[in-house]
Amino acid sequence: MIRFRDVSKVYRRGAGVRRISFRLARGEFAFLTGASGAGKSTILELIHFQTLPTRGDVQVSRYNSRRIRRRDVPRLRRRVGFVFQDFKLLERLTVAENVSFALEVIRTPRREIEGRVQRLLSQVGLVSRARARPSELSGGERQRVAVARALATEPLILLADEPTGNLDPRAAGGVFELFRTVNRLGTAVLMATHDAGFVRDHPSIRVLELDQGRLVRDTAAGGAA
Amino acid sequence: MRALREALASYRRHPLLCGLSIGAVALSLSILGIFGLAAHNIGGAIGDIERRIEVVGYLLDDASPEQITVARRELGALPAVEDVRYVSRDEALANARRDLPEFSSLYGDLRVNPLPASLHLRLREGFRTTETVSEVALGLEAYPFVEEARFGDDWVDRLFDLRRLAAGTAAIVGGGFGIVALLLVGTAVRTAILARGEEIEIMQIVGAREGYIQRPFLLEGAITGLAGGLIALGATRLAYLVFRSRVEGLDALLWLPERWIMAGVLGASLLGLLAAVHSVHREVGRAYGL
Repeated sequence: MIRFRDVSKVYRRGAGVRRISFRLARGEFAFLTGASGAGKSTILELIHFQTLPTRGDVQVSRYNSRRIRRRDVPRLRRRVGFVFQDFKLLERLTVAENVSFALEVIRTPRREIEGRVQRLLSQVGLVSRARARPSELSGGERQRVAVARALATEPLILLADEPTGNLDPRAAGGVFELFRTVNRLGTAVLMATHDAGFVRDHPSIRVLELDQGRLVRDTAAGGAA
Repeated sequence: MRALREALASYRRHPLLCGLSIGAVALSLSILGIFGLAAHNIGGAIGDIERRIEVVGYLLDDASPEQITVARRELGALPAVEDVRYVSRDEALANARRDLPEFSSLYGDLRVNPLPASLHLRLREGFRTTETVSEVALGLEAYPFVEEARFGDDWVDRLFDLRRLAAGTAAIVGGGFGIVALLLVGTAVRTAILARGEEIEIMQIVGAREGYIQRPFLLEGAITGLAGGLIALGATRLAYLVFRSRVEGLDALLWLPERWIMAGVLGASLLGLLAAVHSVHREVGRAYGL
């Protein structure tokens, strides 16, 4: 479903990724690890087509970076959910409105929105907080709202860029479990993290480790890449 | 409908900024409107004078009626010529006595009429240029029985210079104020985009189509231009009424033609839209800039 083939992305400032190749199958869960600046965010941006490779090609579902047209990008993004470290919630909207915002944007029929918002909030355990504003929520709850919003478009893949970076260990554990649940329901998850604890505590989950823009370890490939 | 709702919501969210940009557009376009009023009236006056432009060929005394008839037919068939009028020597004398009463004593006791017969050629609208007038005069002089052709070279040239000056000034002033209005609307739209930056980013992340994001801002630009244009139209009308009623000698002032008004208001809206397109392309299009 995701395939990187000899992908490099070089920015003017120099950082990026070099000669990366890997595949992520439908329904798979993988950690993307590495120090700050190792290239984790670049990998996620390439999958989300926020940027294009300077070498090689990225295939996501049926879209290829060499052939994708400008008008296909929104279609692709509906198939790829994205969760950020800083949540990116709209403060002027309630929890339910933040989720319904995503549904309105993709032109979901009005009569369907309310029911889908209810289901999504139920999935992330926030039905009782539907009318609260993001400022009234804990960090863990905010991240759950962000997950609900990312799932609103029924994506095939969920990308998470340091989703537990701003959370205390308990809230982080809760959010991580939510990702596991989402994954069990069939959505592939690629979670960028520099939290070694998650990796250590879940040895069965595939790890893609980056160092200075290079893929130095892929546990699915049997160790070093 | 959503785009219109969002565009109007922007006016509610940033009333001061939107009000200022509408006001600035209205001010720029009002000045342009008043200038347009002046240009229209100057143009009207010049047009009146232009309609009187004629080329006069003075005939030799031995020109035969047959020659004159042939020349009238040939000259009248030229595309630039509206009509050809023959003025006999007697008519010329009668005209001189009527039009130049200060010389009545001079013309009063003439034994011999000193004035020649002449052919008067009026030109069609669109052919009243220096070049065409000169060409027609040369054509007239080519007849052997035409002694001389005149068209008041000096004042015709000056008239055309005046018209060129008016058109050039209109283009420069209009262009200048148009650019000012363009920049102001562009800034207002850009500010609205930046104010909604977070929202736009989320829309892009979850897969909103470009048009969905851009339409409210484009509409905002068009509405700002349209509102500014309508206010400017009102201000120009007010200025027209004040000039006409308060300034001596301007009671015959002409109001702007309807097609100018339509073009002005639609142009203002288009101008707002263009400014918005530029800003939206810069600020929103980037995320899809593959």
